[in-house]
Amino acid sequence: MGGRDATMVLLDENGIRCDGRKVDEPRRIMIKAGGLKNADGSAYIEFGDNKILVGVFGPRDVHPKHMSNTDTGILRVRYHMEPFSVGERKNPAPSRREIEISKVIKEALEPAVMLDKFPRTAVDVFIEVLQADGGTRCAALTAASVALADAGIPMRDMVAAIAAGKVADTVILDVNNEEDQAGQADMPIGYMPSLEKITLLQLDGVLTPEEYKKCVQVGVDGCKIVYELQKKALQEKYFGNGDN
Amino acid sequence: MDNKRKYVIPGDVVTTGPFRPEQNVILEGNKIISTTIGISEIYDDSVKVIPLTGKYIPKINDLVIGKVISHTSLSWELDINSCYVGFLPAQDVFGRDFSAHADELATKLKSGDLVAARIANFDRTRDPLVTISDRDLGKIDSGDLIKISPSKVPRLIGKRGTMIQMIEMATDAAITIGQNGWVVVSCESPEGLLKAKKAIEMVNEKAHVANLTDQVKEMLESKGES
Repeated sequence: MGGRDATMVLLDENGIRCDGRKVDEPRRIMIKAGGLKNADGSAYIEFGDNKILVGVFGPRDVHPKHMSNTDTGILRVRYHMEPFSVGERKNPAPSRREIEISKVIKEALEPAVMLDKFPRTAVDVFIEVLQADGGTRCAALTAASVALADAGIPMRDMVAAIAAGKVADTVILDVNNEEDQAGQADMPIGYMPSLEKITLLQLDGVLTPEEYKKCVQVGVDGCKIVYELQKKALQEKYFGNGDN
Repeated sequence: MDNKRKYVIPGDVVTTGPFRPEQNVILEGNKIISTTIGISEIYDDSVKVIPLTGKYIPKINDLVIGKVISHTSLSWELDINSCYVGFLPAQDVFGRDFSAHADELATKLKSGDLVAARIANFDRTRDPLVTISDRDLGKIDSGDLIKISPSKVPRLIGKRGTMIQMIEMATDAAITIGQNGWVVVSCESPEGLLKAKKAIEMVNEKAHVANLTDQVKEMLESKGES
């Protein structure tokens, strides 16, 4: 961050990035809806080297009772990284970072879910990061919205997410771990494609106003790619292949 | 729109134009957007989506199958496979002269008992009120409980009850379907019971298949011959 000198070449003269991708090319994304029998809804995502499993429960009784809201259902999100998800063992206790990401994902999903239909209940989203490689919050948000749809929670739209960023003075799509560490900016974006609304936008780094606009545009375009894959995952589970 | 029925997921635009949004759709500008995974149906003036997933949400007048969780001195609580518990007041069973001192609730319904009940009242402020004081309602003494997904109940019943009638005819079983996805099957012969259970599970697994009625029929008949 902040343009720290890297030994690695992040972007070569042909516009190829450190992992061989083009500037506007996302990593390999694989999404699978369902898979967990005991959860009401679930999803598994592989986003490059990220591997994330999401389980959704609910709507169900709220415990502790005082958290319940008589006007609407509540959404609770837990983002958790497994001890083995990163290079050096991570303490399984929730860290400051995980608590923040849980909150950020919750707030990114809230505009999409329509919990006012289920007063006095809670919808719980459990996100387990099995393997992390930069951009887990976007991958987790993407998988969480697939899992919510799988659970049959009414939603205004799916939330697709991807990060845009700046590396070697160039705006790129889908920042990986190396680019996140050594790049100049990282901007995770959550987007509802049908409603054309942004639900998550964070920025770490420095951008000029022009770069900022470009970053948002690149990110939104990336979200549309992710959205197609979310759609495909749900269609595969519910309608089999291709018959639409 | 090219055809009337189509598979949708949340966020999909079902149609545009002057339609009345009904179940599981919202109106956003002039677009009608699905809010759940399901099959969209467009009528002359309205649009709805039949959900393929999701929990049971109580509706007034629904027949449900509940399991007694516990009771206080005034009421029972039923698990109705929903996010809310069913509330069955003692007056409903003992009549209006019910007295909390004289009558013991456990004599009528114990926890673990299955009951066929009807949702008498439900709104967003309170838990659903259920009643068992009607014909065909009340405690279920015999039969096997099968749990299916509540969103597949309409498929099990079929158009005007065709699917369930077919299963009942072929197996001689008495089947009670709760809208909450709990089904009780009772049958004199063990073979009929097994076959009926298999047919119900088949519907649960293959609810999206188009010619399911034929497939179920085939299964019911094939087993009958062997």
